[in-house]
Amino acid sequence: MTTLGFAVRLAWRDARASWRRLGLLTAAVTAGVAALVAVNSFTDNLRTSVAEQAQALLGSDLSLGARAPLDTNAVAMRFVDSLQRAGGPEVAVARSVSLAAMAYVEASGTARLVQLRGVEPGWPFYGAITTEPAGAWAMVQSGAVVVDPSLLTSLGARLGDTLRVGEARFPIAGTVVNVPGEVGLQSAFGARIYVAHRLLPATELLGFGTRAEYDIAFRLPATIDAQAVAAAARPALREARVRIRTVADDRDNLTEGLTRLGQFLGLVALAALLLGGLGTASAVHVLIRQRLDSIAVLRCLGATSGQIVLAFLLQAMGMGLLGALLGAAIGVGLQQAMPALFADLLPVDVQVAASPMAVLLGVGLGIWTAAAFALLPLLGARSVPPLATLRRLTTPPRTRWDGSRIAAILALVASVVGLAAVQVGSLIEGTWFAASVGAALVVLWLASLAVIRLARRFTPRRGSYLIRQGLANLHRPGNQTVTVVLALGFGAFLLTTLFTAQVNLLRDFRVGEEGERPNLVLIDIQPDQRPLVEEVLAREGATATAFTPIVTMRLAAVAGERVSTILARGGASRAPGDTLDEGEGSGLWAVRREYRSTYRGELGPAERVVAGTWFTPADSGRGLTADDPVAVSVEQDLAAELGIGLGARLVWNIQGIELHTVVRSLREVNWARFEPNFFVIFAPGSLEGAPQTSVTLTRVVDPAARGRLQRALAERVPNVTSVDLGEVQRALEAVIGRVVAAIRFMAMFSLATGAIVLIGAIATSRWQRLREGTLLRTLGATRAQLLRILLVEYAALGLAAALVAAVLAGAAGWALAHFVFETAFLLPVVPIAVLAGGLVLLTTVAGLWSSLDVLRRPPLEVLRAE
Amino acid sequence: MLRVEGLTQGYHSGGGTLTVLKDINFTLEAGGFLAITGPSGSGKTTLLGLLAGLDRPSAGRVLLDGIDLGALDEDARAALRRRKVGFIFQSFQLIPTLTARENVQVPLELAGEASAAAVADDLLGRVGLGARGHHYPSQLSGGEQQRVAVARAFSTRPDILFADEPTGNLDGANGGVVVELMLALNAEFGTTLVLVTHDLEVAALARRQIRLADGRVVDDTGA
Repeated sequence: MTTLGFAVRLAWRDARASWRRLGLLTAAVTAGVAALVAVNSFTDNLRTSVAEQAQALLGSDLSLGARAPLDTNAVAMRFVDSLQRAGGPEVAVARSVSLAAMAYVEASGTARLVQLRGVEPGWPFYGAITTEPAGAWAMVQSGAVVVDPSLLTSLGARLGDTLRVGEARFPIAGTVVNVPGEVGLQSAFGARIYVAHRLLPATELLGFGTRAEYDIAFRLPATIDAQAVAAAARPALREARVRIRTVADDRDNLTEGLTRLGQFLGLVALAALLLGGLGTASAVHVLIRQRLDSIAVLRCLGATSGQIVLAFLLQAMGMGLLGALLGAAIGVGLQQAMPALFADLLPVDVQVAASPMAVLLGVGLGIWTAAAFALLPLLGARSVPPLATLRRLTTPPRTRWDGSRIAAILALVASVVGLAAVQVGSLIEGTWFAASVGAALVVLWLASLAVIRLARRFTPRRGSYLIRQGLANLHRPGNQTVTVVLALGFGAFLLTTLFTAQVNLLRDFRVGEEGERPNLVLIDIQPDQRPLVEEVLAREGATATAFTPIVTMRLAAVAGERVSTILARGGASRAPGDTLDEGEGSGLWAVRREYRSTYRGELGPAERVVAGTWFTPADSGRGLTADDPVAVSVEQDLAAELGIGLGARLVWNIQGIELHTVVRSLREVNWARFEPNFFVIFAPGSLEGAPQTSVTLTRVVDPAARGRLQRALAERVPNVTSVDLGEVQRALEAVIGRVVAAIRFMAMFSLATGAIVLIGAIATSRWQRLREGTLLRTLGATRAQLLRILLVEYAALGLAAALVAAVLAGAAGWALAHFVFETAFLLPVVPIAVLAGGLVLLTTVAGLWSSLDVLRRPPLEVLRAE
Repeated sequence: MLRVEGLTQGYHSGGGTLTVLKDINFTLEAGGFLAITGPSGSGKTTLLGLLAGLDRPSAGRVLLDGIDLGALDEDARAALRRRKVGFIFQSFQLIPTLTARENVQVPLELAGEASAAAVADDLLGRVGLGARGHHYPSQLSGGEQQRVAVARAFSTRPDILFADEPTGNLDGANGGVVVELMLALNAEFGTTLVLVTHDLEVAALARRQIRLADGRVVDDTGA
């Protein structure tokens, strides 16, 4: 008790007398905790909102969904009947169909790709659709449509105008403000149009080859347990290719997804906190150096090393607590801004409220970080000899490598891994994260040592004294190069890497005005419509690339095993295809999905054969029996998913007819390129007689001409959908941009922490700087000259940090482009230069601001104080 | 109280060993007052450090109240100092982040003394700083700081007090005040005093003087 009591009193008294210096120790964890509390609290809000709005998200108690009409699906209809028998008249049913289509108004010169949704009365059963004007939704069932506001803008239409979709005409009654369960940014890929289900046939769009999504929503009485009903019916429905969803399924899936998002953003926030931990360690290191005399006196007076370490550890934890509390308060404030940051990305209305758990976790992590990072430098206090009271130490005490130090290092590593594991909810992922952050910091540290070396080597011997002095400060004893490169470099590295990744990810989707890449895709062209399409294209001066035929089909058997058998056993491991079992939702997609395949004799520009040989004239089997198979080429990842290789036999069901095939080659496909790419390509001469549609690409540079062409196509061939790749590119940019903005927002906290650590580093070496400044002024330097020396020093430090960050981010960006996005790497030079300029400015401002004392204090005052 | 046997101290320096103290032997009775004098570099401060258990000798031993300091580890020596030893330093060595009162309290608090604050106030009153207890060292003059150091040194009523050039950084008047205080408290508490000094006038006040030169005892008035 004496030990603890003494340690507490010493910690408090020492802190009270040097609160300003310790304030920086406090601030080191503030930004990290603020970011963590904001993210975790917001994630909690999201979970609560999802739980509260789960029913509105699905809009029903239960829903069926399929790619084919459900009314002709016997299994689905039996299910509907059984529900209606069980629940009687209390069971309400509402059908809806969604499809892509082209829409235009008579008065406008252009047409737009839209997502058309036909809904029966009563849809949705839960959650209110808000429109502008308020009563517009009620008019849908009487023949009007409500549309996304963006459609009015892009078509130049107004409420009351007549919208043409396919062969039907609808008056526009209003615009959609909010649809529960739908993400605002969804409209970027095609404006939404809601129409009465009964009027869909009038569009004449639901013909052969149309890709539509058919749904049936149910409102069930309380006597029916939707979850139990779904569990019982799921196997049979799955075999009939019908999805079944319940409120609980949707809630769980969404909660899981949002939790992952929160965990990921939380890791970015945690990086800021760990950086703050480094700031704490550096501040404690300097603190101990400044307290050497006091520690020696305490040792003389009989304090044990344990008491001294405990006192300073308590002090660091106390400062950590203060910093964490401040951070938590800021985090709760920042949380208010989070919904705006994620606007249009979330399917729920988020009710913002501080989450006590998130606050507690943030404060706990803050204190823990402060303690874990402070302990190692604190152990240096044990090596201070009491003899230092008689003889001033000329060198810092030697580091003692004993059990305590090794234990402290292990505790630090375990803490970092533990903090990450708590945040991400997995020990393995936590370890990976900790290792990555550790590796980044080690590389930054090595780079900072290189900067010091280079500065020593290349500081000019001649020229302006002020510049030489400023540059020499980069390598002289007590320099801040390591701190600045490590602390600010880390934040800048995160931001630059994000930027580089974003640019490289989006670059492949860029169709732009220059170059020869097609910018318009026409899909669902019926064989007899080809001449008409070519004629319309020719009128606008455009030419189509070859028409690529598309035949829809499903797998009937894989390597001799019927798909129904594979599905029945739930895709149990089939070496190496245990990837077949991917769990609920995505599971078994490879055997269950509908394939849109083509046949051709040439390889496309975005693919290459990686195994086997491309088709030869000998590959022209008829496929009607297993002895006479058609040769096919399979995309390599799909082959891995199916667990098949060269020579494997696949049986396909094409509109009811089975076709036997053999895998002749495996292909690598660059899916990022806007080309008609396929999982499976059939040898020519095999599918020509099958029911098919085709797709073609064209290039129309002038946006007005493109609009006219889309409009003409919508009028002449209403079932043909024309996709403007420029629009798709913009939509992708919008989505990726929003996600990256959120990550960048979190990464900014690392930069903020870096700036605080820098200010802390300057403050801790303040006395040395004051002395130097005073001596220079005593020797005749003016304040302006001192200012210029400091300016050169901090600008050079900022530049060094920016260069190191840019080089590392370039390397990380290259690795991402090469290994993850599998695309050629491009270094975005101008944005990186702007970012670097910002970092130089930040370093210089923070440096000069913290050094004002050097300029302000009269020399005599400093000399007297010595 | 203090027994020194064959005390030798050397440091490794430039590949060889630099011997700064050679075979020092003496005994000091309880309540005695010893002044150690000698020119700069003669080994005075090194001897004081060894006597107080702040360092370990290369050879020989120091017995404080019969306890061999060399046989104790650093934390055990710290505990011994807490119980039996007081210090006064040339550069005062007050802890800058603590007030005068808190500086005096530190040894008492380390010893778990409940009435630390009252004892500190009393001692500060005795050294003439009763009204300055809440001041930080930087707010006190050199003489005042050394008086606080004297109060701190006597706070636990140590058996032995080591003083390293206690007047070295003070002018004559302030030095005199500090020496008088030390002697008065020595008389009152019966504390053994060991003083390292250049000041022959201060040394003359001691009942015994040991003079060092080149690390050896060249004169011992008590021998």
